[in-house]
Amino acid sequence: MTAAPILSVNRAQKKFGGLIAVNDVSFDVKQGELLGLIGPNGSGKTTMLNLISGALKPTAGEIALGGKAISGLAAHHIARRGVSRTFQLVRVLPSLDAEGNVMAGAVFGHRRLWGEEARELAHRLLERVGLAGKAHAPVAAMTYIDQKRLELARALASDPRLLLLDEWLAGLNPSELKIGISLIDELRHEGRTIIMVEHVMDAIRTLCDRCVVMSSGVKIAEGGVAETLSDSEVIRAYLGDDDA
Amino acid sequence: MNLTSHEIRIGLAGAAVAALAATLPLFDQGYYLSISVNIMLYAALCTAWTLFSGPTHYISLATAAFFGLGTYSVGLWINHLPYPVLVGIAALVSASLAGLVGAATLRLSGVYFVIFTLGLAELVRQLVTWAQAKFTTRMGLYVFTDMTEEHIYWMLLALTVAVFITGWAINRSRLGFAMQVIGNDETVAKHVGIDTARAKIVLFMVSGAFIGIAGAISAPRYAYIEPPSAFNPMISFLVVIMALLGGTKRLWGPLVGVVPFTIVMDIVSARFPNHTSIVIGLAFLAIVYFIPNGVTGLIEQARAKWQARQTAVGEEKAA
Ligand SMILES: Nc1ncnc2c1ncn2[C@@H]1O[C@H](COP(=O)(O)OP(=O)(O)O)[C@@H](O)[C@H]1O
Ligand SMILES: [Mg+2]
Repeated sequence: MTAAPILSVNRAQKKFGGLIAVNDVSFDVKQGELLGLIGPNGSGKTTMLNLISGALKPTAGEIALGGKAISGLAAHHIARRGVSRTFQLVRVLPSLDAEGNVMAGAVFGHRRLWGEEARELAHRLLERVGLAGKAHAPVAAMTYIDQKRLELARALASDPRLLLLDEWLAGLNPSELKIGISLIDELRHEGRTIIMVEHVMDAIRTLCDRCVVMSSGVKIAEGGVAETLSDSEVIRAYLGDDDA
Repeated sequence: MNLTSHEIRIGLAGAAVAALAATLPLFDQGYYLSISVNIMLYAALCTAWTLFSGPTHYISLATAAFFGLGTYSVGLWINHLPYPVLVGIAALVSASLAGLVGAATLRLSGVYFVIFTLGLAELVRQLVTWAQAKFTTRMGLYVFTDMTEEHIYWMLLALTVAVFITGWAINRSRLGFAMQVIGNDETVAKHVGIDTARAKIVLFMVSGAFIGIAGAISAPRYAYIEPPSAFNPMISFLVVIMALLGGTKRLWGPLVGVVPFTIVMDIVSARFPNHTSIVIGLAFLAIVYFIPNGVTGLIEQARAKWQARQTAVGEEKAA
């Protein structure tokens, strides 16, 4: 592919006091690509997503979306430019119903819809993620997977140029996992550009075009899934880690 | 614009209540009108305050500053400009101050905001006192108009209605939806693209403008205005107490607190003029401790419990 990357991360760094959670990490994501961001717990994956989405500001380095710098912008500016995300610990809006939760993504984000348009999109997306008929269900009482579906629908509602999924498949039982994987697979075939932080190796093998491996804040490998996962440094990073 | 039948019903009920309230001066021109002006003043102030503090949960103690600026806008220029223009100036001045305060503090957590607004109100009062001593010879300003208590009452009623209509319009707007999302989860709000600081500042400005207008409407009532009365911090505290007593989840919640509390305060200040502060302090503690969600909160809780029991009974019967 010759197209310019949608996202390019150039020597991004994040320090928390003395701890360097993300250290000099660089990678690109191409249009329509599904990139897996993997690594042991505490290796800085969530922090990396936080730098991209603007939840945190990098202490050094640049991040550009579609060739324009976004590093240092506030989260709402980055969201309006087309970056959407889900959270590692699922975050739904408990006082709103499912429809309202998804509309929140449609109304303020990259595509700013309002009224009926936003409502219709919300219903389409609820159906899309498997929540048809639950538009007015109280979300606090939803099952875990339904809350995750809801969060995904909210993230999709802005029609993002880049979608960030932070362990979206974690905590699902085997049958739910199958549903989850095929849902993400559909998104990929629709041509969405996605960065997926994941521990579920099955999902990484089936879904990812490429992956970036982090360990202790540093990028230790990058490339096709099969070759990276067999890389000796990657194996060493994962050895002794329960999630491997 | 498409209204639901529920909205139309509430609108009609509100209009009926307002129309009824408007007839009050026809029945009494003395004590009852006077206390009704007080009630209407605090109705306007508390709903304007709740417009911002209800959805954001920020406690503002700057009410006296906005109110005083509104009063002074009229006092300073009553001999030079028409009264409606002064009301407009009052709104602008108060909204500007709210904008400045908001920009400086609404990124901070709630605790800082309370302290800052309290300090600000004091600062504005001291500045006005200082400026008056420096640039004029008098301590206060005379406001002579031909406005009567009835006029003031009707203007305050109109203002309260305007606050309600504004609150309703905001609720239907993007800003209202943004405030709902922010109230649920500020992190999510930012990540779906909401400029959370801006939303809060805009709301604070709208609220401040209405409080400034209430000050401008009240100015003719004082006849002689000076900083200790126009910027009286007691106004800020009373507004918080009454709004919390009524409950701030709904815009009409504070009204439930305003009516009884104003009447009780009137009796207390007549019978025990030296002990009003104690009563206010105790009331404040009692409200925060026993009914943190206000009377309307209590009612809603009771109703939710009752409904839960009804459905449980229904299920038992069905089973
Ligand atoms: N807000 C924060 N403040 C301080 N330290 C943090 C913060 N967020 C993450 N960290 C630290 O940064 C490191 C990387 O964390 P994280 O990015 O959550 O890892 P991962 O998602 O790969 O499990 C951890 O040591 C974590 O404790
Ligand atoms: Mg993580």
